[in-house]
Amino acid sequence: MTGTPAIVVRDLTRKFGGFTAVDRITFDVNTGEVFGFLGANGAGKTTAIRMLTGLLAPTSGQAAIAGHDIYREAENIKRSIGYMSQRFSLYEDLTVRENIRLYGGIYDLTDQQIRERTSRMLAQLGLEHAADHFVRDIPLGWRQKLAFSVALLHEPKIVFLDEPTSGVDPITRRQFWELIYEAAGRGTTVLVTTHYLDEAEYCDRISIMVAGRIAAIGTPGDLKKEFKAASIDEIFVRLARPTAESEARQ
Amino acid sequence: MNAVVVDHLSKQFRSTVALADVSFSVEHAERFGFIGPDGAGKTTLFRILTTLMTPDQGRARVLGRDVVSDLWALRTRIGYMPGRFSLYPDLSVDENLRFFASVFGTTIEREYRQIAPIYSQLEPFRDRRAAALSGGMKQKLALCCALVHRPEILFLDEPTTGVDAVSRREFWDLLDTFKQSGMTILVSTPYMDEANRCDRVALIQGGRLLAIDTPQAIADSFDRPLFAIRASHRYQALKALRDWAHTHSIYPFGETLHYADKRTDLPADQIAADVRAFLSSRGFADAAVEPTRPTVEDTFMARMGAPESVRAA
Repeated sequence: MTGTPAIVVRDLTRKFGGFTAVDRITFDVNTGEVFGFLGANGAGKTTAIRMLTGLLAPTSGQAAIAGHDIYREAENIKRSIGYMSQRFSLYEDLTVRENIRLYGGIYDLTDQQIRERTSRMLAQLGLEHAADHFVRDIPLGWRQKLAFSVALLHEPKIVFLDEPTSGVDPITRRQFWELIYEAAGRGTTVLVTTHYLDEAEYCDRISIMVAGRIAAIGTPGDLKKEFKAASIDEIFVRLARPTAESEARQ
Repeated sequence: MNAVVVDHLSKQFRSTVALADVSFSVEHAERFGFIGPDGAGKTTLFRILTTLMTPDQGRARVLGRDVVSDLWALRTRIGYMPGRFSLYPDLSVDENLRFFASVFGTTIEREYRQIAPIYSQLEPFRDRRAAALSGGMKQKLALCCALVHRPEILFLDEPTTGVDAVSRREFWDLLDTFKQSGMTILVSTPYMDEANRCDRVALIQGGRLLAIDTPQAIADSFDRPLFAIRASHRYQALKALRDWAHTHSIYPFGETLHYADKRTDLPADQIAADVRAFLSSRGFADAAVEPTRPTVEDTFMARMGAPESVRAA
């Protein structure tokens, strides 16, 4: 790998009162890498992502996102990253075009940049004819592809995807991953979470969080060798604790 | 007698077709799964069967009763766990359960045997507010509330959506404990791999049923030889194969690519050799091509045709 990693994390920790949600996690994500950030519900993924996106201050530890320190340069981090989640990313009561325009404005793009990128994006997605439809009227799969493109509108160095394919049909899910590969091919670093463990196999490397710590990290192939397992699903089930135990942690 | 009989059911919301001429039946004590993505029509179907919505056309009978004309007779005999978390977030685990029991004129104590397998897992957290539970535990509480009046039939709308792989497995294991009680269970899920936990499944997409059968029969109905390809540059290999004249379908599947050939008259080993030769000529010298068994997901993709498109204005 060349250059500085896009994401550098050292002993990052977050406590809420007496509860340690994220416990001294350390890892790097290389530039242009597709990194799967896995873990059971309540393992600390969301807290970790909130710190890495500059939304939550850590209790201790270090991290740099696209070269920006998470304590001192949270605003620069927000400009260097894109974010998309399954729960929220687009305004349903605005049209496709209005959503793009809104996000373009938020990221300080010029009117000309917004115009150019809007037509390029609509053409790439084959959505020209639906540009003036309300987002609520287009199918979920298309909404998710549009949300991903909007998250890339300001050409961020890193994009965070939180369960981007949840509930999406199996063909659209695969089309979505092609968009991820294309973005990675252009040098964008991708950090993605998913509950579909077959998608873990599509990542260059993955980590599995258990009880606030990173319990495993590596390429899917290396991890399967290390754990002598046939699939990531098998490793995940072996590592992640039964629900009752993790519940007691909360 | 069948537990559920659905006859040419249709439902439309303005211009959106939610269900298009859906017919099927579910036997007593059967576990019947509806497998399909968001927007396929699963929730609309469950709302009609639980008497919460009326169809535009067609009829449905649950436990021998018509879901429209006989709704009051049905409601106390049905357990329904909606897809969206529908409990009271500010009430504790026990308070939620007591509330649902009282609505049906019963108590936790009287129904303890029925709910014990689930309640025993919830008991350590009985005083916790429902909002503070993890996703997996919330689903268990919702299931417990749907069971507390001892229904004869259970409708579970996407009980495992948004829940991690370990909790998903635990939830299905929990359903297995009801196997002996003879309860009929209709359950929906967007996870294709969960089809195998059902006696029979219906594949649903765009308001239409694509297939109804046992999971094994659905997987086996894939109509041509299927191959798993392993190559170190998988995405590039996929793109190369997509442009090949003989390719019928090619898509990523876990750690492999799944490939089917257009030529239906060639033996499998011949196809495998051809694909290997093609990939080798394109610089993928390490590619391995092996026959593989189709899964429910392969059949789903083969039958769903084009993914949902955006209608022209």
